[in-house]
Amino acid sequence: MNKFDYLMPISISEAISLHKNYGDQAQYIAGGTDVMVKIKEGKINPQFVISLRHIQDLDHIVYEKGQLTIGALVTHRMLELSPTIRKEFPILIDAVENIGSVQIRNVATIGGNIVNAVPSADSAVPLITLGAEVRTIGPKGKRAMALEDFFVGPGKTLLKDGEILVEFVIPKLPSHTGAAYWKHTRRAAMELPILGVAVLISFDDDMQTCTEAKIGLGVVAPTPMRAKNAEAILKGKKVDDEILKKAGKAAAQECKARDSIRGKAWYRKDMVELFVQRMAIVAMKRAR
Amino acid sequence: MKKVSVSFTLNGHLVTAEVPPNWTLLKTLREYFELTGSKEGCGVGECGACTVIIDEDAINSCIYPILEVEGKSVTTIEGVASEDGTLHPLQKAFLENNGVQCGFCTSGMIMSAKALLNHNPDPTEDEIRASIAGNLCRCTGYVQIVESIEKATDMIKQEK
Repeated sequence: MNKFDYLMPISISEAISLHKNYGDQAQYIAGGTDVMVKIKEGKINPQFVISLRHIQDLDHIVYEKGQLTIGALVTHRMLELSPTIRKEFPILIDAVENIGSVQIRNVATIGGNIVNAVPSADSAVPLITLGAEVRTIGPKGKRAMALEDFFVGPGKTLLKDGEILVEFVIPKLPSHTGAAYWKHTRRAAMELPILGVAVLISFDDDMQTCTEAKIGLGVVAPTPMRAKNAEAILKGKKVDDEILKKAGKAAAQECKARDSIRGKAWYRKDMVELFVQRMAIVAMKRAR
Repeated sequence: MKKVSVSFTLNGHLVTAEVPPNWTLLKTLREYFELTGSKEGCGVGECGACTVIIDEDAINSCIYPILEVEGKSVTTIEGVASEDGTLHPLQKAFLENNGVQCGFCTSGMIMSAKALLNHNPDPTEDEIRASIAGNLCRCTGYVQIVESIEKATDMIKQEK
């Protein structure tokens, strides 16, 4: 393993100034379940590893007036064990419960999973579907952007040099809303998904007419994506099996699934079609 | 390379290590403290052979930067039995129920099971399986391992 100094700043400004000092030789680390592996495998060779774990107040889960704020240092295990998340945002439980193993979830952070930006990041798809915004602090100050726009390619985000992702904000959801995520894998643990499907549905007071639909897909494009054609099919309609089938087909058509070691494109498209329908049914149950 | 100093509680004793800053907790346990019960299997956090407990929770020590244990409490397989050598119910149950085949995964399995029991003294079979989902046994003796953890749970309940 390459040699590095391990620095532990206690504030964001200290972390940013360390990063500025060391430039290309610096690498931020949070839980380290990705960064340490990349270092061990020689994919990155930082001379200065800057730990973000000692920065105060980045591990909050705050649910206030319907708005949820999650600090970037919140671990997957903290989300999994949070009664608030389990009750109000079961879609996040669907995702985090099956990430890695207990050992990984105890250390791996939600911020790290997003910043790493692999197409298979399990937490990204439900967060996008929930309309999450990311907030960052960098050498040039604070920024906020939609998580959906944050990913620009495999391993690439809008994060600028030295910038730190600090929190996620999920706006208040309309009443009568339900959402669900499906990680499609051969085994639940320690496995990257063949694909991921998240569906969010809001109903009118009649509990039949869909007022809002969001469909997030993972692994079937270079970045997590929304299936907007499929969403349009559901919006404003009374949701029944036929409409769901149409939405599933539309999502399968608009996704950019390709062949890989974990699954063929045709299979992925078939599964997108199926799981958009199934997750919509779970989401509708949760909305009611 | 220059060394750094890190102090933490290791199996109930306050210790200080002088190691290079790029070392992991596993490397420090095995090469500085010569506690070789924690194993390196994959080295990238997938197999669980290096599992130890920090404070109350199981983690993969092979990808855990050593400086992050400053001030924390680390328990390894060497700290599971009592100081007088009396085995922990998990250790007894693994021995009595063929929970050990080649033995390479065993310390990790026991540490994961111990972390589970720290939080949940009466786990279901599903919860046991979920708790060791990150521990690979290439002898594939999972059934005996799950049974061993169930038997240990019973033993602990009877002791109380």
